[in-house]
Amino acid sequence: MTRYIIRRILQGIPLVFLVSLVLFIMMQNMGDPLATMGGRSVTRKEDRARLSRQLGLDQPVLVQYFYWLVGNDFVKIDIDGDGTPETYGTRKGVLRGDFGTSLVAREPAMEVILSRLPNTLILMLTSEFVVIFGALLIGVYSALKQYSLLDNIVTTFSFVGYSMPIFFLALSLMYIFAVNFKRWGLPYLPTVGMYDPQVGDTPAQVLIHMVLPVVTIAVNSFSAYSRYIRSTMLEALGQDYIRTARAKGLPKREIVFIHALKNASLPIVTIVGLDLPFLLGGALVTERIFAWPGMGRLFIDHVSRGDTPVVMGIMVLIAISVVVFQILTDIVYAWLDPRIRYS
Amino acid sequence: MTQPPPPIASLNLDELATPPLSLAKMAWLRFRRHKMALVGMVILAFLVLYCIGGALIYSEKYANFNETSIHLQPPSLAHPFGTDTIGRDILARTIYGGQISLMIGLTAVLLELTIGIVVGALSGYFGGWLDNLLMRFTEAILIIPQIFLLLVMAKFFAGDIPDISFLGREFSGSVVVIVVIIGLTSWPYLARIVRAEFLSIKENEFILAARAIGTPTSEIIFLHILPNSIAPIVVSATLGIANAITLEAYISFLGLGVRPPTATWGNMLEGAYNYIESAYWMWLFPGLLILLIVLAINFIGDGLRDALDPRSRTV
Repeated sequence: MTRYIIRRILQGIPLVFLVSLVLFIMMQNMGDPLATMGGRSVTRKEDRARLSRQLGLDQPVLVQYFYWLVGNDFVKIDIDGDGTPETYGTRKGVLRGDFGTSLVAREPAMEVILSRLPNTLILMLTSEFVVIFGALLIGVYSALKQYSLLDNIVTTFSFVGYSMPIFFLALSLMYIFAVNFKRWGLPYLPTVGMYDPQVGDTPAQVLIHMVLPVVTIAVNSFSAYSRYIRSTMLEALGQDYIRTARAKGLPKREIVFIHALKNASLPIVTIVGLDLPFLLGGALVTERIFAWPGMGRLFIDHVSRGDTPVVMGIMVLIAISVVVFQILTDIVYAWLDPRIRYS
Repeated sequence: MTQPPPPIASLNLDELATPPLSLAKMAWLRFRRHKMALVGMVILAFLVLYCIGGALIYSEKYANFNETSIHLQPPSLAHPFGTDTIGRDILARTIYGGQISLMIGLTAVLLELTIGIVVGALSGYFGGWLDNLLMRFTEAILIIPQIFLLLVMAKFFAGDIPDISFLGREFSGSVVVIVVIIGLTSWPYLARIVRAEFLSIKENEFILAARAIGTPTSEIIFLHILPNSIAPIVVSATLGIANAITLEAYISFLGLGVRPPTATWGNMLEGAYNYIESAYWMWLFPGLLILLIVLAINFIGDGLRDALDPRSRTV
């Protein structure tokens, strides 16, 4: 087991490097970082040249990647442009936890990202919780009452929910619960932001602002989860040990929730484990529509302005957590299911 | 001299009482019983008819014609779906937008199929270091969420792309960019499916026999193994079309997709959320069409999955 984990980690590391290199090269064509940074104030040619030397933008891409990775505080760089390097660089590099400075916010990129992270997590973890809990309920019910009326309704609903583009669902929800409820004089839900600036950042405000985004995210993944639980549950109910449990005369509740569900929920661990790291990135479209100040919206805003440090930071963070969660999922799975042995 | 006894039953195809069903026939018989799949087929047929037939009524020029004096008009007789922010007719735009959306879905899936099958086949058939290399590469693509990759790539390729003309029509060059980036980021799942199929099929005796009589490797891969793994490929290609249409809509919705005046169902929605209160028709109709087509294709894909399942032998 330990050897398996070590091997997986060793396989994962080059993957993250490869991905970061390719993305870094792609980010080079994202527009002019100097224009993003200085706006109109950096119009003088000498200023631009000095700034690009300071940021290392005059170097070849691979050198820039190298600096981004390990920093440049051990090499002298030529800031005044006279051809002789004279000043040590200031960057420490990603490997030492320095993701660079955001070109837009002029703050350390990691700080910008981490300031948004809680907002995304509060939204995504709530949705994930709603989805898992709801899907377990519905999935188990559907499996027990296969082809019943409710099962058929849920099946159809799942298909619609699964096929529904997020923006269409979000816009429809907004139209019904915010626009029309307001028009009809009913209590209506807010659509934009995390809280009403006039009221302030109170838990009640965040909670009410969360309703529509959470429903939007939940409907989409709920369908997939409940279908999955239904099928694993059906499979578990057909097993011999369930027949044995029935033959022994165990109460039905015990058979369903202890014997069947315990085994049926094993594969769900995999799905949840593989989905969790993607929650970090947030739901781009949902966050954009509801103006939720999370990582997804941060990503969109900064990609369109060519802010390499922040964009790279977000993607490296996701890549690392995907690799880590894949390994964790394998470990948890082997721990839950003694039949699994990794060699 | 004794005559050989007459055969009990003829093995001649034409004389059999019940001729064996071909795969396609059997699949169709099963598919036909899948009610939702048939509903999906009907919806899809209507939508294709809508996009192609509608072009006979409205010209593309009309779809791209803007008249700012009639902007943001609610649905009326003259403009059944209303008009957008610069006074273009939304009904006409959904017709031409649908053509582009469908075309993007189909061509992106073709690209996905090509890469996915080649990578999966090479990886599964040859194994060894090649398999290792290709699968690490596949995993590398999978560790970044597809929509993030798409946005970075869309921005990367978005330069000054000249318009292209195809079949006598002018398209924004960004259509090609979208097709390429969706194709380039969608294949890993397919490659994994194909690889798994190849791994199990190549162990069969008929492959050993083919190899023993000196069949060229390319023939073994494409004529012997690939046709046997067609079922999961067809299913995932079908679902891939729906996925590509949705992805195009997402990128265009976020403003990095196909650029106007070329319409797609996705880019018609761009900025529509600013008009959520005042002009519901701007997002309702394109959104509804995307939902319908994705739903129809998913129903068909589900029906195909059941119909092509080799383990199910009921007709």
